[in-house]
Amino acid sequence: MSILLKAERVGKRFGGFVALQEVDLELRTGERLGLIGPNGSGKSTFVNCISGDFAQHDGQVTLAGQPLNGLKPNERARRGLARTFQLPQPFNSLSVLENVRIPLLFSGAAAEATPRAMECLDQVELGPKALKLPRELTQVEQRRLELARAIALRPQLLIADEAMAGLSNAEVDEIVALLLRLNGQGVTIIMIEHIMRAVTAFAERLIVFVAGRKIADGVPREVLALREVEDAYLGKQ
Amino acid sequence: MSATTLTDPRGADRIRHLPFWLGAVGVALAVFLALRLIGNEYGYYAGYFVLQYVVLASAWNILGGYAGYVNFGAAGFLAAGAYTAIFVRKAFGFDLIPGILCAAVVTGLLGLGTGYLTLRLRGVYFSIATLCLAVVLQTLVVNWDYVGGSRGAYVIRPMTIPPFASYGEYIFLVMLALAVITVGIARTVEVSRLGRGLQAIRDNERAAEAVGVPTLRLKLMATALCGALMGVAGAPLPYYSGYLNPDAAFSLAFAVNAIAMPLIGGAGTWAGPVIGAVLLASLQQAATVTISSALNLWIVGWILVIFVTIAPRGILGWFGKR
Repeated sequence: MSILLKAERVGKRFGGFVALQEVDLELRTGERLGLIGPNGSGKSTFVNCISGDFAQHDGQVTLAGQPLNGLKPNERARRGLARTFQLPQPFNSLSVLENVRIPLLFSGAAAEATPRAMECLDQVELGPKALKLPRELTQVEQRRLELARAIALRPQLLIADEAMAGLSNAEVDEIVALLLRLNGQGVTIIMIEHIMRAVTAFAERLIVFVAGRKIADGVPREVLALREVEDAYLGKQ
Repeated sequence: MSATTLTDPRGADRIRHLPFWLGAVGVALAVFLALRLIGNEYGYYAGYFVLQYVVLASAWNILGGYAGYVNFGAAGFLAAGAYTAIFVRKAFGFDLIPGILCAAVVTGLLGLGTGYLTLRLRGVYFSIATLCLAVVLQTLVVNWDYVGGSRGAYVIRPMTIPPFASYGEYIFLVMLALAVITVGIARTVEVSRLGRGLQAIRDNERAAEAVGVPTLRLKLMATALCGALMGVAGAPLPYYSGYLNPDAAFSLAFAVNAIAMPLIGGAGTWAGPVIGAVLLASLQQAATVTISSALNLWIVGWILVIFVTIAPRGILGWFGKR
């Protein structure tokens, strides 16, 4: 399969603090990648460099061969990169339907915005709640709304940043199933997650970050068995 | 094809403009006929005062209400419009209507420039930057003799302009037309793609950017439009009063009212600033006539405190319209 996302020597400093050091990553089209690491290990920093939230960083990032460096998040979104946030960030004054229509209105597909938005809402089983306000949704429904909004532009790559934080086991299973369905439709997905049950159920490849460095990259079962990974999570024996 | 059926799944795309414009023109006509029947020149004077604030508050609402960027520099834009009208009259002999058009262009560009310099700031930092703009403009005007400097500038008004019954009726009708056009523009923005984008920015700018909304471009469009309409509100001011000095043009009352009126009526909707402006400006006119104009800002301050406390979403919030 072709390389969709390529990150070369990506790094980020905040003053004197090095949050991310020379991270390389090649992600193939259709892949399901899990990204784990203790708090402060640089996962979200890496994602923010890819999504454009951190405009200034070291290294190069390309999506489907096109360089992303220097592009704003909205330009990256229109090139096929979508993301969700650790905490749901809906547009609270707009209806659920309008939340999903927003990206479409600025994508050149404004004429088809409503049917496409309804299609996305149906995909995450929120169709019947299209005319409600986000505050009327449950926590897991708000997560599903985030995903519906993220897939509206038919992204090539979806970054789900702790999309399951705070959910019950049943709700976690629900979101994992949804992400697997999206991946089955051809969306390449990076899942950043602390819930190991979700990561192992979803990822076919696992990367571990510790202190801003990538310390492991491989098949989840093998990666999780590595001594360095165990040390990173549980402390050195 | 969607499996879900809404009552009107395409309703969000279909906005009807004709009934609004017919209604707006009808209301304007009714107001004019009522004042003509009363036949008192003061009616036009007071009507102009109220309508000026309808334009100013509706203009402020485009950036402050829809996008959530609070502009403290309304007086600066209004004064820039007024002084543009004075400048083009003196330099080129342009009368009121061309003066208004020039003011719209100049203050639109001023808004664009201000936006370019300040829109990377958010929250209170943006507000302070707009306040600074008004101070800088006032300093420029005070030291610019060509437009009267600190002494002010006079505009000699004709007694009548045929076919209008009086100059007061003429200038009232000009402001009435500007109010209808401004409210129409504000409503069109609200229901348009631009308005939806601005609302997304107000709710969550980072999320809007992440889903592909070109936030900086939309905010620049809003500042330019907001600036142009505020300038339009100010352009007839020297013609209305016959004399304008920097203290009057850059008055704190404009800045305070531009913010208070949308908040009291219901910011973020086209109707809110209209309701707030009619209510507050009428009250201020009544206070001016019956007590003293010195009480105007005192009244606005109290009403604002009361509304922020008991009705933070404004009058329209009571009716669940927001």
